[in-house]
Amino acid sequence: MNYQYFPGCTLYTKGKSLDEAGKRAGEKLGFTLEEMPYWTCCGATFPLAEDYDMALASPTRVLARGRKAGEKLVTLCAVCHNVLKRTNHVMKTNPERRAKVTDFIEEPYGGDLDVIHYLEVLRDEVGFENLAAKVEKPLAGLKVAPFYGCLLLRPKAEMAMDDPDNPSIFEDLLRALGAEPVDYPMKAECCGAFQVVHSDAMATRCSREIIDSARARGAEMLVTACPLCQFNIEERQGEMAKGEQGFKGLPVLYFTQLLALALGEPAEAMDVSRNHTDPRPALQARGL
Amino acid sequence: MRVKLDGDKVRNDRIKKVEEISCQSVYRCYQCGKCSAACPATPEMDMLPNQVIRYLQLGMDEKVFAANTPWICASCLQCMSVCPKGVDLARIMEAIRMLQLRKGKNEIEIRKFPKEYLEKAPQIAFISGYRKFLSLS
Repeated sequence: MNYQYFPGCTLYTKGKSLDEAGKRAGEKLGFTLEEMPYWTCCGATFPLAEDYDMALASPTRVLARGRKAGEKLVTLCAVCHNVLKRTNHVMKTNPERRAKVTDFIEEPYGGDLDVIHYLEVLRDEVGFENLAAKVEKPLAGLKVAPFYGCLLLRPKAEMAMDDPDNPSIFEDLLRALGAEPVDYPMKAECCGAFQVVHSDAMATRCSREIIDSARARGAEMLVTACPLCQFNIEERQGEMAKGEQGFKGLPVLYFTQLLALALGEPAEAMDVSRNHTDPRPALQARGL
Repeated sequence: MRVKLDGDKVRNDRIKKVEEISCQSVYRCYQCGKCSAACPATPEMDMLPNQVIRYLQLGMDEKVFAANTPWICASCLQCMSVCPKGVDLARIMEAIRMLQLRKGKNEIEIRKFPKEYLEKAPQIAFISGYRKFLSLS
């Protein structure tokens, strides 16, 4: 099985481990992520101003080209997923804006590409039961806090992936891998997002609250699907440690890294060079 | 705090522009405060999210345009998710930012980022940050 795949800018560089582990895990599960032809940046943020049609040009071009090549497009980065899926919603439901944008990019597009997230491939196409049967190295009860953040779930009507108030897709995946999902109140909170380039105090405090909340429920690590969350919650730990003696960090991994590990990939293949808090001791303690 | 209302300023052109860009009516809000309760960014804000709407309702847009709140909003959409009236407050925040950015105001300075930060931070942090805080984006 081949899936048309949109990696996005960050998965080519700073978020490589999300991409590489996702591809390797896919091969183990019997599907290939095939990069779509001629993709461009999605814009990295969905324009909330109703009159800002220009910002829809780039994601719409991605969607139009994706539709030429197939009916489905798989994404991994939560940011790209949010932008492409919401743009698709505008193209589907707003004929006036669709006409303006498609005239500008000189490519027709009717909003009929199915944008799905890798997590949805696992849940809806592979199936968590089938996935569990393919696990070679169960995660030995590792206590993992799934971090959804904002972009995967909201707005509910447009993202339509899971319930923003009580999501379960990450928990179900973690259970299939043999880990123990940790339930904690901050799992769908904001990590500070792009505010990290503007108000790093806000990003540091928000990330800190997420770490504290997960740790209080016994989490040994956090997983996410978003390179921006990964960066904020990992990178800000340096800042947190400065202000506090004896601060203990919490490793933040991409869900694909744990997935690949459970499917038999060696732990050494997991690139942790960008992690501020090394996840390896927590894994080794569980014999992984 | 004493609030003095000015009939001429209520529903003035700038407030109408905010409503136009955001596609939201500020008068739908009945001030229940759920947005402010849900907002994860309030500790850094100098005006609560529900107050932003209240001042717009009262024609006191100059207070809102002087506040840091719209610039601290991370568009995480918690506010719109909990609003019982279906107001998308994140869009109103975006409209307030837009009206300032479109006049040439830059909220961040790219040249101020240290080199080692540029090497570490993911592209999406910068691209979405530039789109939210720079006038030419």
